Amino acid sequence: MRFLKFGLQLLCGIFFLTFLTAASIAADDPDPYAKKRAAMINVIEQDVRAGYVALEEGELDDEVTKALGRVPRHKFIPQHLRQAAYQNRPLPIGHGQTISQPYIVAIMTHLLHVDKNDRVLEIGTGSGYQVAVLAELVKKVYSIEIIEPLGKQAENLLQRLGYENIELAIGDGYYGWEEHAPFDAIIVTAAASHIPPPLIKQLKPGGRMLIPVGSRFMVQELLLVQKSASGAVTTRQMLPVAFVPLTGKH
Amino acid sequence: MTLRPPFFTIALLSSAMLAYEILLMRLFSIIQWHHFAYMIISLALLGFGASGTFVSIFRKVLFKHFSIAFLMNIGLFAVSSVCCFLLAQSIPFNPDEILWDKQQPLRLLGIYLLLALPFFFAANAIALALTYFHDRIARIYAFDLIGAGIGSLGIVALLFFTMPLQALVIIACIGLMAAAVATWELNIKARGWVFAALAITGTGLIFLDARSELQISPYKELSQMLRISGTEVVSEHSSPLGLLSVLHSHTIPLRHAPGLSLNASGEPPAQVAVFTDGGGMTAITHETGKPEDYAYLDQITSAAPFHLFQPKQVLVLGAGGGSSILQARYHAVPQIDAVELNPQLIKLLREDYADYTGHLLNTENIRLHPGEARGFVTGTSTQYDLIEVALLDSFAASSAGLYALNESYLYTVEALQAMLKKLQPDGYLVITRWIKLPPRDTLKLFATAVDALKNMGVENPGQQLLFLRSWQTGTLLIKNSAVTQEEITALKKFTNDRSFDLAWYPGIQPDEANQFNQLAEPYFHQAAAAILSDEREAFFKRYKFSLQPATDDRPHFFHFFKWSVLPEILSLRDKGGLPLLEGGYLVLVATLAQAIIASVVLILLPLFFTRKEKQPANPVNKGWVMVYFISVGLAFLFIEIAFIQKFILFLHHPLYAVALVLTAFLIFAGLGSSFSWRLVQGDYYQHAITIAVTGIIVLGFLYIFFMETVFAHFISLSMAIKIPLTLLMIAPLAFFMGMPFPLALAKLGDIAPNMIPWAWGVNGCASVVSAVLATLLAISIGFNAVIFSALVLYGLAWLSFPEKRIANIQ
Repeated sequence: MRFLKFGLQLLCGIFFLTFLTAASIAADDPDPYAKKRAAMINVIEQDVRAGYVALEEGELDDEVTKALGRVPRHKFIPQHLRQAAYQNRPLPIGHGQTISQPYIVAIMTHLLHVDKNDRVLEIGTGSGYQVAVLAELVKKVYSIEIIEPLGKQAENLLQRLGYENIELAIGDGYYGWEEHAPFDAIIVTAAASHIPPPLIKQLKPGGRMLIPVGSRFMVQELLLVQKSASGAVTTRQMLPVAFVPLTGKH
Repeated sequence: MTLRPPFFTIALLSSAMLAYEILLMRLFSIIQWHHFAYMIISLALLGFGASGTFVSIFRKVLFKHFSIAFLMNIGLFAVSSVCCFLLAQSIPFNPDEILWDKQQPLRLLGIYLLLALPFFFAANAIALALTYFHDRIARIYAFDLIGAGIGSLGIVALLFFTMPLQALVIIACIGLMAAAVATWELNIKARGWVFAALAITGTGLIFLDARSELQISPYKELSQMLRISGTEVVSEHSSPLGLLSVLHSHTIPLRHAPGLSLNASGEPPAQVAVFTDGGGMTAITHETGKPEDYAYLDQITSAAPFHLFQPKQVLVLGAGGGSSILQARYHAVPQIDAVELNPQLIKLLREDYADYTGHLLNTENIRLHPGEARGFVTGTSTQYDLIEVALLDSFAASSAGLYALNESYLYTVEALQAMLKKLQPDGYLVITRWIKLPPRDTLKLFATAVDALKNMGVENPGQQLLFLRSWQTGTLLIKNSAVTQEEITALKKFTNDRSFDLAWYPGIQPDEANQFNQLAEPYFHQAAAAILSDEREAFFKRYKFSLQPATDDRPHFFHFFKWSVLPEILSLRDKGGLPLLEGGYLVLVATLAQAIIASVVLILLPLFFTRKEKQPANPVNKGWVMVYFISVGLAFLFIEIAFIQKFILFLHHPLYAVALVLTAFLIFAGLGSSFSWRLVQGDYYQHAITIAVTGIIVLGFLYIFFMETVFAHFISLSMAIKIPLTLLMIAPLAFFMGMPFPLALAKLGDIAPNMIPWAWGVNGCASVVSAVLATLLAISIGFNAVIFSALVLYGLAWLSFPEKRIANIQ
């Protein structure tokens, strides 16, 4: 009788373990979005090759496309919009905020010219997607979000996704993150009436700062702030698109 | 017992309906954006057209129970006016997603349909009355117009005293009152029961309204700001000019300093934000007592003139929250005058935030004039050293092209000339605008300045212009005489110290123009040079945005859209190209297209349903009837809209001009309609329509040719003279314009009464199309041409008057 009981317990145990393993394989392995993600990257690459003039190189940095290929964009998007996660369009994420169009994320990340040893600061965490993409490329990313629930949501998600090189804070991004300054690159996705001077100070000589200008759903222009080795600051204003206002001779 | 026409009910209902229309525009401008508000309300007004269709089809049933049908429709108007708005505002429509998200167009359609209902019910009641009492059409229509006139004036007054949502329920109650009056006018027997039902409905609406709040789009500036912890709206102030919301931010400072130099080190003192309709933020800045705290105002492009000379008397056009005043004060200007349109903003600065701003406006050397900028400039006898047009609209609205439909009499060639005339010989006019990419506003402004100078006889305008930019703002300086070498040297130092770029000064070299804020090419400089050269027209043609200067006749400064570029922009849709679309103009075009399609359906539908009805012995040609009512519908609003614009310039106040002109048009047209009734009594239709159309055409031509001369003569006089003069000018024209519609309806009443509701619907549809078309036409050919088109349409109406056709057929 005891044997029978033990046998039954063993059987149950084995059955339970098998079930768990099978369940975990089912949850982890088949990434139903992998194909869509690859297609999205393909579309972005084609669009860039079709003539986006501001990228001197003519095409996206390979590392950037690889990073986009690794980040599960659908997890940064509310459940009811997931079917649109890999379409090349911005999506609302609640709190009056959006996740940028993947094409814009790709170009912005490329324009930052980051290196694997870089430390990057982001103002405006939002969904956390841009931080995740950067985290795939650099040593450490710091990000500050002003809207508390949004910041907490992003923090939970990024932890779940296992990112260890991201540090998040909730609060006012105007003064940057003095403790970890200077940064090799800064990206400011939060709207401000001007470029906060403290952020320019926290940019390393030779560093790049990128600011998308426009509304929540439409980026009007990309503003690239560059600090030369001597500390002189200049900006480059670019359209996110290949469009020349003048045609013919001028 | 024969019924008497319910004249007073019609007048009351009509006033509620017009007030509702204007209020809806306000409400949607607050919760959405102005141009979408325009589209939504235009299409909702097709409820008028639909009423014609409905009454045509169900005429027999409705006539059988006329009193009940009439009363029910009025009651339904009252109920739906509140309920449909509350439902419509809860639909999460986001215009920014319309090209991506398939649900958005459906939501938009839902909003149209909901908001069309109140207009549908009200118009049903009027169409029923017009058809049922077709022998008294002209008088009913007169009461309808006069009621509408009173309503348009009433809502302007009402919005000064109540919040928009309260005004909504007041209008609904006026609707219920109209129903109560109807029970008396139509001698309804169970009056007590009806009164009780109306009272219960009214109480219910008041209760519902009191528990509701405006649901502002989460993407508007104010909503965005409220997401930040520690922010709250501390007060709201309603007026027809806009809903002001004052926002305090307790934990994170506002730091509103657009265009701040990259080299700046300080930040603004504490500020309070003021939003107009949830957007267009302006900041009221705290007085710290330390002048150095305002140094940030020297770090923006608009500070340039203060480094070229020491102005003694400065005029700021558009005081807003006062930052331009603070900038002038920081630069030790002895006398500062400022003009602000919104009296409630002035009250905030003068009273509520007097302590906060250190009694800025109660200082001896600072004078704030309530009023409109252009009017102040025209009327003032002071010659200023410096006139500054402040940057008050927000970048978000400007960059999305939302102002494309808005007329502005501040950025026209004539406006700049008027400002230059009020400058000392060595004075400067300074205008700052947002920098948009590809460049638009600032270049059009540059072209406008060149034209203004040329018109004033300056041979070489380039010698009097300076143009600088940061990445965010561009400032144009127009001097009343040639710029000196010392001034150029001072400007170069100013821009160098702040990392601003120069786009134009006399003698500039191309390599100087793109140093700190680099573009793919020095677009601003290239454009400035091209505009000053002989190849200007070719440049305008080549450039992908419209840069032709705005004039008083075509005052659409913010219209930059060119059709030829549309395919290119659409092909760039997925590559981040959509922001290149100047949305406002396209919304207008989309509104027109939708209105025309819906109108065609609404006009043709009754013909389909009534095609099996027995034809009267004396058939009326439906085609000509349609031409007549379309012509009259289009022409009336063409003239009304063009006149509103012309009189804004004359009366110098957009709000009062609109209210006065609209009311005057409606009331005098009502009197005209009433008068036409007398003519109809003697069956002098042909005679009457000839008189009316001749009167309109003769007066119309007089106005096209002489209005500007009259305006120029009286423009500087006081309102006490200008208002009666306005009424005097509008009265005769409006009087004649009130006649064609009721004359033809009355004629139809004689020969084919069944067609009255249909004709009413045709006219309703044409009116909706007309309002949109007038704006589109004005953008491309100017307001004078719009008036001329209206006169042609009246000519066409005369040719197609029903009686004439009947005679021919016979």
